[in-house]
Amino acid sequence: MGNGTRLGRVRGLGSSHHGSHHWLQQRMTALGNLLLVTWFVVSLIRLPLGDHGAVLRWASNPTVALGLILMVVSVFWHLRLGLQVMIEDYVHGEATRLLSIVLLNFYAVGGAAYGIFTIARIAFSGGAAA
Amino acid sequence: MAGNDTSGRPLSPHLQVYKWAPSMAVSIFHRITGDGLAILGGLMFLWWLGAIASGPDAYAAFVACVWHDPDAGTFHMITNILGKVVLIGLTWAFFQHLFSGLRHFVLDTGAGYELKTNRLWSILVFVGAIFATAMVWLYIFAEALNG
Repeated sequence: MGNGTRLGRVRGLGSSHHGSHHWLQQRMTALGNLLLVTWFVVSLIRLPLGDHGAVLRWASNPTVALGLILMVVSVFWHLRLGLQVMIEDYVHGEATRLLSIVLLNFYAVGGAAYGIFTIARIAFSGGAAA
Repeated sequence: MAGNDTSGRPLSPHLQVYKWAPSMAVSIFHRITGDGLAILGGLMFLWWLGAIASGPDAYAAFVACVWHDPDAGTFHMITNILGKVVLIGLTWAFFQHLFSGLRHFVLDTGAGYELKTNRLWSILVFVGAIFATAMVWLYIFAEALNG
């Protein structure tokens, strides 16, 4: 940091050491989640979840698959930001904090990749197999 | 309140000595439900997706583990109960985090900080989340009973 005024030296510094970018992304993805997860939960309640064929037909519908992929992106992005704040607040010590952040990124990126790949797999092959 | 300080001087508050207030509780529960959804909800979702993609047998195994096993052994009897507890918990966490998140959107605009208003909406977030969870699960169990 520079040698500016007292305000200038702390502006934008939370416990993450950078500020509003994170905040905005959290709100953007929150808005995405609001729409997509609400749609998902309503769909789950209406689906006969014990019936594999019915669930597969639903998930392999192109519009549904696209919605699910968008939801995975929004949710895993949002949870990465949220868990990061939790780690920054409660995990102390440089090494454990760094390790936690690395594990978090593996989970968020890996989980999203697995989710998107699985939805694509269902959409591209599942409809016929049912 | 805290300690044995009899000097009458004001104390600097700390988490253990705060008197719980709705606004404080709703903030703490926002984080707890968010982290719970992020880890438990995320993993359950991916497990479910993987089971759909892997075919009818894998999906049946998922359902037998989480929800209902027609020829239940002791292990699945336990996981079926656990599964329902987790799913009801995730439903509540979803509504709590959703309503609390909507409250944050309002607060972001600079509105809703007056003490009484803030307290009212904090309480309503809890009431709304419990109510919505109860409605959803009453519906699910009613559907299950009616076949």
